[in-house]
Amino acid sequence: MKATIEPSTRSSEGANPAAPTPGEAVSQPMNVSSNQSTGGKPSGNKPVARKRSRSGNEWFGKTYTMICVSVLIITIFSIVYFVASKGLATFFVNGVSLKEFLTGVKWAPDGEPQTFGALPFITGSFMTSILAACISAPLAFCAAIFMTELMPKFGKTVMQPVIELLAGIPSVVYGFVGLSVIVPFLRSVFPGQGLGIAAGAIVLSIMILPTITTIATDAMSNLPRGLKEGSYALGATRWQTISRSILPAVLPAMLTGVVLGIARAFGEALAVQMVIGNAPHIPNSLFESASTLTSVITLSMGNTIMGTVQNNVLWSLALMLLTMTFVFIFIVRVLERRSLR
Amino acid sequence: MKQIMEIDRLNLHYGEFHALKEMKLDIPERTITAFIGPSGCGKSTFLRTLNRMNDLVPGVRIDGSVKLDGQDIYGADTEVETLRKRVGMVFQQPNPFPKSIFDNVAYGPRLHGIRDKARLNEIVERSLRGASLWEEVKDLLNKSALSLSGGQQQRLCIARALAVEPDVLLMDEATSALDPLSTLKIEELVRELKQDYTIVMVTHNMHQAARVSDRTVFFLNGELVEADETEKLFSTPVDARTEDYITGRFG
Ligand SMILES: Nc1ncnc2c1ncn2[C@@H]1O[C@H](COP(=O)(O)OP(=O)(O)O)[C@@H](O)[C@H]1O
Ligand SMILES: [Mg+2]
Repeated sequence: MKATIEPSTRSSEGANPAAPTPGEAVSQPMNVSSNQSTGGKPSGNKPVARKRSRSGNEWFGKTYTMICVSVLIITIFSIVYFVASKGLATFFVNGVSLKEFLTGVKWAPDGEPQTFGALPFITGSFMTSILAACISAPLAFCAAIFMTELMPKFGKTVMQPVIELLAGIPSVVYGFVGLSVIVPFLRSVFPGQGLGIAAGAIVLSIMILPTITTIATDAMSNLPRGLKEGSYALGATRWQTISRSILPAVLPAMLTGVVLGIARAFGEALAVQMVIGNAPHIPNSLFESASTLTSVITLSMGNTIMGTVQNNVLWSLALMLLTMTFVFIFIVRVLERRSLR
Repeated sequence: MKQIMEIDRLNLHYGEFHALKEMKLDIPERTITAFIGPSGCGKSTFLRTLNRMNDLVPGVRIDGSVKLDGQDIYGADTEVETLRKRVGMVFQQPNPFPKSIFDNVAYGPRLHGIRDKARLNEIVERSLRGASLWEEVKDLLNKSALSLSGGQQQRLCIARALAVEPDVLLMDEATSALDPLSTLKIEELVRELKQDYTIVMVTHNMHQAARVSDRTVFFLNGELVEADETEKLFSTPVDARTEDYITGRFG
């Protein structure tokens, strides 16, 4: 299971700089240091001078990695501290009520009276990212089946690189395509302007497709060979084997992929902001203008002054994003541990 | 005695590699046939041509005829799923599905369209009894099959194969991953199964072949060297290579 997760974490890192967890960031340099110390050990019958330079090397390696680790840890904690202190100031300094913030549906930071109801953004974020995962997961499962079961050769040489390419496309391009293709399409088919949660979810579903597909493909190619053979030997057709044997066996890994995908969708700002319409209320339909936590932050941050309540409340939204990311990562860890057993 | 399977002029190539050469063998009904020979000589490959599991390997080429009850299993009018239902298989590594014990045994019957719960219950019990596993697991049917010991898992795999009521049961070194006690249990079981099924087993162990089988087939380098009644083959082998092998001069 470990091997299943690692390559995909790599790919999601490439696509989303917000994804790496503190745990991962720390564990990588630590691996390096343990490699070096074991590499330096077997020096039993070497001359003394060599031994000294070796231990000098070891000292250098250790110090170097320790410095890197400290820098990483300090950076991460500073970011968290900064966001938290700003974000919490809204409630403790500016006196905005937390309950209003979490449950209020009216967002008017410059209104008379000021109201800071963030519920429209919270629902917007959850709806777009969960909907995106619902669109993406079946696609990813089929793509993975295709690449591992149906046409492994074509899958490895053509499909896999193409899907990995999706991860490298900048989000502004996704947003642009979404705005020029998906939004007009939705407008012509459904009532409304086309901008909205549906458009955001479709764009996001393509963006998170590589994450889920990579995890699903890894899980499938790591299945024990006996699993499939056992099914075929009982007279199962290929489709029966896929649906009754392979699907249940890769489901836990798929779930991990889906949560990682949701986490990635949750944090995406630019592409969503371009197609969602940015109206600060809870929409009545999927094809009506809405907002997400990220889109409101990117849109408003230029118009506020540091230290004001209007600015602080954006930090509260950021803190919310950060917390959710931690929650997602926590879920992934729990899923991983469960499937290890 | 009726020959349930007849193999004639069978050749198999993995790409360029000629793995099975001009093989001819008859397998009598309700007997135990054992395949012996040094590793890499083609025992598994031959066994897997009998239920067309080699179809799953890319680049395999097979010619010759393999008949089950007189019908060519590679013929156009044979459906591979129906064939595999009639010719079951147990593998070297126990490979239960990561499902409950019940669902493992019911997997085959469900594939072939049996939905009725009472009917499934009855099949599961009969198959587990057939594999001498019922008494051990009758209260654990909903537990994961992976919680069983290796020997139990292998007997579960036998039960799973019996559940679709095959005529022939192929076993590829089914005991080589097991401890001596589990091995003995399975050998005993195989001798019982002979009453109702034709069994073809590959074994890494000559003594096992001598203990369990009625007929023994000796393979070497992709050739079928000798096939005879087990007692005859071990006491008075015809081919010098067979004699070398059973007296332990190589392999
Ligand atoms: N999938 C395969 N592709 C290519 N060669 C294979 C494959 N499977 C087996 N072989 C080769 O065919 C020969 C017979 O293998 P096998 O039937 O597994 O032998 P045995 O079961 O007697 O040990 C070996 O030389 C092996 O390397
Ligand atoms: Mg073998």
